[in-house]
Amino acid sequence: MKPPPFTYHAPETLDEALDALARAGDDGKVLAGGQSLIPLLNMRLAAPGHLIDINRVTELDTVEVTPEGVWAGALARHARVERSDEAAAVQPLLRAALRHVAHPVVRNRGTVVGSLAHADPAAELPAVLAVLGGSVEAASSRGRRTVPAAEFFAGPLESSLRRGELAVRAFFPALPERSGAAFAEVSRRHGDYAMAGAAAVVALDDDQRVCSARVAYLSIAATPLVLDLTASLDRRPPVTCDWAAAAGYARDHIDPDGDIHATAAYRRHLAGVLTERTLRAAAQEAL
Amino acid sequence: MSTALFGEPIARREDPRLITGQGRYLDDLGGGALEAAFVRSPHAHARITDIDVGGALEIEGLVAIYTWEDLPGRVGEPLPLLIPHPALTHGRTAYPLARDVVRHVGEPVVMVVARDRYLAEDAAERIRVTYEPLPPVVGIEDAARAERLVHDDVPGNAGAHLVQEVGDAPGAIASAPHVLEFRLDIERSASMPLEGRGVYARWDADDESLRVYSSTQTSTSVRMAIAAKLGLPPVKVEVIAPDVGGGFGVKIVHPWPEEVLVPWAARLLDREIKWTEDRREHFVSAAHERAQVHFVRVGFDDEGRLLGLDVRIQHDHGAYTPYGIIVPIITSTQLLGPYKPGAYRVEFTSLYTNTVIVTPYRGAGRPQGVFCMERTMDRIADELGIDRTAVRAANFVQPGEFPYDQGLVFQDGRPLIYDSGDYPEMLRRTKELIGWDEFGDRRAEAERQGRRIGIGLACYVEGTGVGPYEGGHVEIDSGGRVHVSTGLTSQGQGHQTVFAQITASELGVPIEDVTVTTGDTRRFAYAVGTFASRAAVMSGNAIALACRKVREKALRIAGEALEADPRDLEIVDGVVRVKGDAGSSIPLRTVAVLSNPLRYAFDEETRRATQFAVGGSADTPPLTGEPGLEGEDYYSPVRSTFACGMHAAIVETDPDTAEVCILRYTVLHDCGRLINPRIVEGQIHGGVAQGVGGALYERMVYDEAGQLLNASFMDFLMPYATEVPAIETGHMETPSPLNPLGIKGAGEAGVIPVSAVIAAAIEDAEGIRVSRMPISPSELFHLRLEAESGAAELTNRARSHPAPLRRAAGEAGVRE
Repeated sequence: MKPPPFTYHAPETLDEALDALARAGDDGKVLAGGQSLIPLLNMRLAAPGHLIDINRVTELDTVEVTPEGVWAGALARHARVERSDEAAAVQPLLRAALRHVAHPVVRNRGTVVGSLAHADPAAELPAVLAVLGGSVEAASSRGRRTVPAAEFFAGPLESSLRRGELAVRAFFPALPERSGAAFAEVSRRHGDYAMAGAAAVVALDDDQRVCSARVAYLSIAATPLVLDLTASLDRRPPVTCDWAAAAGYARDHIDPDGDIHATAAYRRHLAGVLTERTLRAAAQEAL
Repeated sequence: MSTALFGEPIARREDPRLITGQGRYLDDLGGGALEAAFVRSPHAHARITDIDVGGALEIEGLVAIYTWEDLPGRVGEPLPLLIPHPALTHGRTAYPLARDVVRHVGEPVVMVVARDRYLAEDAAERIRVTYEPLPPVVGIEDAARAERLVHDDVPGNAGAHLVQEVGDAPGAIASAPHVLEFRLDIERSASMPLEGRGVYARWDADDESLRVYSSTQTSTSVRMAIAAKLGLPPVKVEVIAPDVGGGFGVKIVHPWPEEVLVPWAARLLDREIKWTEDRREHFVSAAHERAQVHFVRVGFDDEGRLLGLDVRIQHDHGAYTPYGIIVPIITSTQLLGPYKPGAYRVEFTSLYTNTVIVTPYRGAGRPQGVFCMERTMDRIADELGIDRTAVRAANFVQPGEFPYDQGLVFQDGRPLIYDSGDYPEMLRRTKELIGWDEFGDRRAEAERQGRRIGIGLACYVEGTGVGPYEGGHVEIDSGGRVHVSTGLTSQGQGHQTVFAQITASELGVPIEDVTVTTGDTRRFAYAVGTFASRAAVMSGNAIALACRKVREKALRIAGEALEADPRDLEIVDGVVRVKGDAGSSIPLRTVAVLSNPLRYAFDEETRRATQFAVGGSADTPPLTGEPGLEGEDYYSPVRSTFACGMHAAIVETDPDTAEVCILRYTVLHDCGRLINPRIVEGQIHGGVAQGVGGALYERMVYDEAGQLLNASFMDFLMPYATEVPAIETGHMETPSPLNPLGIKGAGEAGVIPVSAVIAAAIEDAEGIRVSRMPISPSELFHLRLEAESGAAELTNRARSHPAPLRRAAGEAGVRE
């Protein structure tokens, strides 16, 4: 469990980093928190010829909170975003989800943007970005572009970042008024990747009836899966909502795989349970 | 008094060093040594047709590559079969490097030595081994069908078959008023110490001697094995176990292939070589345990008394049998627990599979046996509609019946005779501790809140302190320091503390003056090893006996110096004094000086022992007996001593997600006289944690091709602190009549009954029979579905109390 040989780059500015990435081409890999990449290297499941370590690029170590939402720079650690009261006030789903990301020592090193770029469908933050309709800003030596969440996750462990591109920051939109959010997951042990998880956002109209209910699921599909469950809730006030109907709709519209920890049937069942639990909690928050 | 320490819960003396990073583990040694890596088989079963090392040769820093063909003489022979047994008719062991055929994923095929481990792995990656895959045998049922064989010359894949019988069990069952028959399964798990295996060897060409450090549970036996394999005189081989980061059984196996190959290559190359096992290697090339299938037939009377018990066991021992059939022997005998089985027949078949070898892991066959017996007790109670504790009480060996002979042969080849215990009192206290009789109210209250809870308990008896022997050496130096050594090894148990407590109490010296050395053949060459909950019983008693020799010698010499009868002397705080006359005394450090008559002085103390300083008769020789204030003794028991315990738990199962939460966990434990209650409690806590792993989390997931699918800590789920409940402990102390200190072993106790307890509590909560462990939420979810469809069996209690115990899975929204 030692990594194969690679050339190590330690740029100190974003331009240097992008330059190194551009030169490495397909053979380059960005190292931020390293919580996924280092194990992959040690198990020789990944063998990039060039490792571009961005930990010295301090200009990327930012968390910006505006009324519109939370901007997390590529070096913002999970723990920093989790502990930010300003971020939690604007978008509570971030803190709620981050508390489920592994353990404090992992969150001290791991980065929010790194988790998104790793695009693990079992990870919490991709689901959060997806349900909020957030985006990722990618930079390369050729320029910048913004990739909406719906286009960012291309497959399991596959983002739509292009060769030479670095995800420099992610945008998590603020929670609108009369909206609530909730996160829940079921994992084997505390801090493990979830067998199933759900991030829900519920919005109420002026009459306090549910006018929007969206749930993103983790560990259910190859990418974070977002379901719009608004129709199944029939625009009722939360107290009279048939949450079980929404859960049933969700179960009927997912097709999870089984693995050694959970069968497909159990995952489907959990998705239903979590749909109900998170919608209920999110609606409560919205009131 | 600071020296009366036996039985005191003093803090572990080794902890400040170990928890501040001062430990010296195997990989902390040999900084400049060459390092080894291994090419291991990716196939469960295959014939090696070609090994091409050409691609590796260009790696800079590569030193050597070895395959089986390079191994000379005894180095290339199969590894020893450590514990032969007449029933093990088809024992097979592996070659240190595979010869022609590989029989499990992870079997070593090629050894690479390079400047460091990175380069060794780079080279290993470039070695091309061509395999012709053979059909693999995976799992007990596959092995028993024997349509494919692991070893061509082992028919039926059966390595061993053993029957033990007391009375006529089939006859007793046939005539019993009630008979039950069922199957029980336990899956594979593993010891999984935080530090893997490791070997570091240094050859001294001028002295023609070898020093080997190994992360082992038996340095003395590793030494014998290496000497034999390399053709060296044992006096030219030293083996040292440095700090060892956990063993739990896996490190008692020896010599591992690496323990032969690394010293061999170090001598051949005349270079220091180290191999540090990584986690992935540990998963696929160390050892596993636990997998067994049990077919139980039991006959009993209206009170639940056993009349006959007939158990047929299929044991999966993996690809080879280096450690013999110890595990199924222990299951077959320790299954009986605190009970009288009536007539008993037990039969096991030990089967080869194309998987990692199976050798004892903490508990060593007992968790399976206890699972069998305790699930049987629960079945009987459910069948008769009586309390589960009443069935147990009806079958206990009674306090007046010790020594109690179960009529079987135990793992040490000696009769299974229980030495002492008080099971009825332990059950009474267990029920009190967990609140057994009040649980009905608690359950009703939970049900009103829409919650589902259940209670379970399990009892066990553990044969501990197996022989043949251990020794102890105690020396008091002229500075008054007491040096204790014993040959068996430490893996964190607290030997520095408990052996010092015994020494301080026996000698009357301050514990601060006592240092303990374990597992170093330079200090103590004769030993067996640390396993089977034996260190305290074996080395503890040996050290006590050695202390008594030293004490006797000290009193004799002090008596001469003080002109007093040794019988009138006592040792207090390291000073020998005449009882009742505090003015007449001599410190032990001075006694140590006097014990060694000198010609030469080199300080004030030693001047007192020189030839013109000492008085005494001119007609007697200056030295009586041996010089030095030291003594050595050995403890060899006639048979094992039997500890016991009872665990109980209350669990909650989530009606929606099928998650299991342990709300309370209690342990009543009796290991005879306690040397240090705090350390015993720590042992129990660690054991219960591993037991929780075995009950709810850990398993080795092999696919049909024999690939281990969860060979990492991401997917092999050891419980975290967040998964282990608070453990409430109570102690009983029934001394063992078999040894001078009256103690019994405690190391494995915590893990033994946990699967049985948790299964019972989940079954109680759910009303669905639980017959295989571990159980995951996913499996409980499916068990609920099967119960709904009639495919899984409900308990009688659940059938007679349909609501609210059974809230059907369908109500929780299942539409599968």
